This record gives sequence, structure tokens and C-alpha cells, in this order.
Amino acid sequence: MAKPDFEIPELKADTEAPAVQEGTMSHSSPFIAKPEHQRPLSYPGELVEDWHDRAIAKMSDLLGKYRSFRVYLDSCVKCGACTDKCHYFLGTSDPNNMPVGRQDLLRKVYRRYFTLVGKYLPGLVGAQNLTREVLDEWYSYYHQCSQCRRCSVFCPYGIDTSEISMAAREILNDIGMGQKYCNEIIAKVFKIGNNLGLPEPALVDTLEGLEEDVFEDEGVEVKYPLDEKGADVLLVTPSADFFAEPHVDGLIGYGKVFHEAGISWTLSSHASEAANFGLFIGSYENMRNVSMRIREAAQELGVKRIVFGECGHAWRVAYSFLNTLAGPFDFLDPKYPIPQHILEVTHDLIKRDAIKLDPSANDDIIVTFHDSCNIARATRMGDMPGGQFVIPREVIKAAVNNFVDMAPETIHDATFCCGGGGGLLTDDLIELRVKGAVPRMNALKHVIEEYGVTHMAAICAICKSQFTKVLPYYGMGMDMIVSVHQLVSNAIVLEAKQ
Amino acid sequence: MTIEVNGKSLEVDEEGYLANLNDWEPNVADAMSKEDDLELTNDHWEIINFLREYYEEYQIAPAVRVLTKAVGKKLGKDKGNSKYLYELFPYGPGKQACRYAGLPKPTGCV
Repeated sequence: MAKPDFEIPELKADTEAPAVQEGTMSHSSPFIAKPEHQRPLSYPGELVEDWHDRAIAKMSDLLGKYRSFRVYLDSCVKCGACTDKCHYFLGTSDPNNMPVGRQDLLRKVYRRYFTLVGKYLPGLVGAQNLTREVLDEWYSYYHQCSQCRRCSVFCPYGIDTSEISMAAREILNDIGMGQKYCNEIIAKVFKIGNNLGLPEPALVDTLEGLEEDVFEDEGVEVKYPLDEKGADVLLVTPSADFFAEPHVDGLIGYGKVFHEAGISWTLSSHASEAANFGLFIGSYENMRNVSMRIREAAQELGVKRIVFGECGHAWRVAYSFLNTLAGPFDFLDPKYPIPQHILEVTHDLIKRDAIKLDPSANDDIIVTFHDSCNIARATRMGDMPGGQFVIPREVIKAAVNNFVDMAPETIHDATFCCGGGGGLLTDDLIELRVKGAVPRMNALKHVIEEYGVTHMAAICAICKSQFTKVLPYYGMGMDMIVSVHQLVSNAIVLEAKQ
Repeated sequence: MTIEVNGKSLEVDEEGYLANLNDWEPNVADAMSKEDDLELTNDHWEIINFLREYYEEYQIAPAVRVLTKAVGKKLGKDKGNSKYLYELFPYGPGKQACRYAGLPKPTGCV
């Protein structure tokens, strides 16, 4: 762990709203994208000269395109319900990180240029010109929102700050002021097929290594196939699953599940990424271009089903948008959900006794579960309301004997973001990430002290990497964080093992 | 931004990664580690050299598991794990060791 040049918040039994301190995070601003990161996404390489007019024109374009955007900007009544709901406000005390404060950064400009009162009596409604200072403020604070949508759960009008953040980022991109982290990654997907830039030979080498390891550990030949034509299932998973820990332990688990259930499956080198950062930058076109790779791979390989691995926002894009972005998927088998989540697959196999888990294999650990924001608040699993909360927990409980939930106000649809979602999982935002993790860290610390919890399971590559990074700042071990399919992997009874 | 190595100014990005991979020479790793107050030992060089060899073949840094496995095979099973790598490279083996080895920073959800 690097030595921090900021103060690490003290953890408490309960997360309480802090006293407001203006400007504590005004210095936070991620690296700006370079021309080579901007151009593949069809954005100007650097800040354009006529940025003012172009930004207002883009705002006008978005107001026309997305009715929700205008409704959100118009309907806030300043009731205050959202003020203490954002993890970044709770961790930083900066009022611009209150959801209403964040919205107002854009709202004041909207009012100035697009409302009658704001045009003629700007002072009356807090309307403000778009200046260079305002632009920099946008860049800073719209990169302090992880688009987790927790505030929208508590807003009586349902205002979704994440959509305002996405719109702001799209405007910034359109005038040449993109964020390096997101845009470099999207460009890599277009060029190589995944966020990491793992070329096919590296994928082959990594997957062969996994086959060797599993055979060594289990004495069973579990395959991790790549580009296998005619397989039934195309598994699309975040590239972090190939690369990082504990992600890879989840990937090992998916393979064991498919093996034991006798389902033929394959990964694709063309669509070797589930993540879709087009969502984070609010760009329909880029989101669509990333999604199309999945369609192309599915057709090329002739699969019957598409299954997504453990990735939070990928499941949002898949569940909510994939059919309109890259559909119709009429070439897939309609007997299965299109698309399907790996947890739905595993859950169904467990229910039907098609695979057996021995939870005593995990008797040395006590597990809690972190609901990932995008899965909790923007998707569903299975066919019942709240399935996205029930199914992961049922799979975990089938794999472990000791499971404890964290405090109710921090789970399910009230879950707190890990602090690194929405395109903020980058070292240049480490202060924000560490501070934004406070509410989750408080809740975790409580179950550690109260129930002896040893591990926290997650189903999102970003959550897993974020926790691995920030847990040590709070004196907890980075290996506390596990993949849900890692627990399954430990517990699954493979034929040859019996 | 630049880093001074053997009297030459080499271009690096905002996070201190070499802009041109061909600029790398062993002194680059020494210069970078000095800035981090870290003294490079043979143990560090084993990792740095492996990273460079792997990158040359695959044009990407090795996955953590690939790295730990290779280290375990070469230096003994007790060293084939992330803990050992973090002891050597406290800023994270993936990122800090890659930087010393002149590799680009791994991007994505890692």
C-alpha cells in the first residue's frame, strides 16, 4: 500500500452525516484523456476553441433526446432527502458531493440557457453562465459520482443523479475534455477486444495455465475453452477475471460449474470483455459499439446462449439494454433468458440438483455479501422481484455454512457503492476511492466485530479490485474480498473427487 | 514529464510510466525505485526480468496468477503468491513492477 497524502477517515459503528465542509474535494480531478484516447471514440482530441457554444448545443441535443434529463433538471424541490445518501458526501463532507449539490452544478447552467426565468432573471433562480470555472467544476465533481443510483432510491421524485453525471460527461467528451481512464479503456476494447488489452495469445496462455492448475488441484480435466465454434454457451466476462485476484478464482468457478453440469461453453477473444465503459461516459454510440462485439462473437461462434460473468455494470447494460443495443437475438435459443447471468445458471443447477455443493469445504470462513450497485438498482435476476438480492445469497448459502448479512440500510437496494464504480477505479482518484468506501467499511467492520466475518463476497470486477485496494487503508486484509464463484469453486463436488 | 537516467531525460506519463518502451534500460528501474525509496535486490530483478520476457512474447503484462505461478516454479512454492509480490512491491506488483520494467500500466477493472 502506498503512503497516503490525505487523512484516512476513522471508521464508526454507524455511518452518520458529517457537518458540511465546502471545497474539501475541489482539488480532485482525474487525468484528462489524450488525443489518442479521444479520437477512436469520435471525440475531439483536446478542448475545442468554441467549447462554450458547443457544450450548450450538446446540452440542447441531450435535452431533446432524453426526456428524463430535462425532467430531472426541472423537478428538484430541494427537499433534502438525498443529502446524506451519497457515499462520497458521507466520506468527504463536500456539499458538491450531495446528490442535489452535484445536480445543481449542471442545473444552474441549464436554467441560464434553457429556462425563461433563468434567461432574464438569472439571480432569482441561481442560474449561471457556463464559464471555464464551471467547466472545471463539472469535470471534477462529475468524476466524483460513481453513478450508483443510491440517491435516486430516496428521492421522492426519482431523480437519477447518475443520468445527470452521464450527460455531463458526454458534454465534456464532446468538447474534447474526456477522462483518460475511461476513454483509454474503451479505445482498447475497439482495438483489442477487452479493457486490459489482453491479446489472443495471452488469453490462450492464461487459460491453459488455469486448466493445468485445476487439474493439479482437483485431478479433473476442467476446460476453459476459447473461440470454440458450436459451443452452446458464450460466456462474456470482465477481462479482470483473466488477470486479477480474486477475480480469476471466480472464473475458475464458472468453468467448474459448466464442466460438472455438462454444458458446452466457450469464451471469445473478440468479445473478451463484459464491461462496457460506454455506459459510464453516457455515450449511446460507444456503448453500442462495445456491445456489438458480443453479438458478432455469438454469431461467429454459433452459440445458443449468452451468459455474463460477475460484473456489475455489464449486467446492467446486458439486462437493460443489450436487446435494443445489439439485438434482435433471434438466433439464440429462446428457451433461455437472453442474456443470462452466471448466477442464474448456477442457482438453477443447484435447485435442480444438477450440481452438488459441499458447503463444509468453506467451513473455515464466515462470509458476508456486498450487493453491487448496478446489479442491485438497475437489474434483476431470475423471474421474481428482488431476485438480484435473493439469487446471489442463495448460491452463497449453498456454498458456505456461515453467512451473515450486513446492516439492512447498507444492503439490497440501499447498498452502498464500493467507492470505485462508474469509471472512477483509477489511481489518480485514490483519495476519493478511499473516502467513498467509508459507509461500506463501517458496515463491514461491524459484522467483523459482531459476528467474526472473515470474508466479503462480491459479484463485480470493479468492487473486487476497489476493495482489494482500499481494505488495507482501513487495516483490513486485501484477501478478505472473494468472488461468489470462488466460494462455489471451493464447494462444488467434481465427479472425480467423489 | 521526464525521468533522469544516466544523464538522459526520458519521457514518462502522468503516472510515471515510460512513454516509449524502447527507452528502457536497467538504470530506468533503478532510477524509478530510488524515487519510491525502494532498493532493488535480486528478488526484485527476478520479477522485473520475467515481466519483460513475458511482455516481449505477449505484448501485455502477465496475469497475476501467471506471474505467481512462474515465480513459484522458479523460486520455490512459498514465494509463488501475491503476498510475496506485495512484500517486494508495496504499491502493487501489477503496477509498480510493471512501471520499473518499462511496461505500460495495466488498465481496466484491476
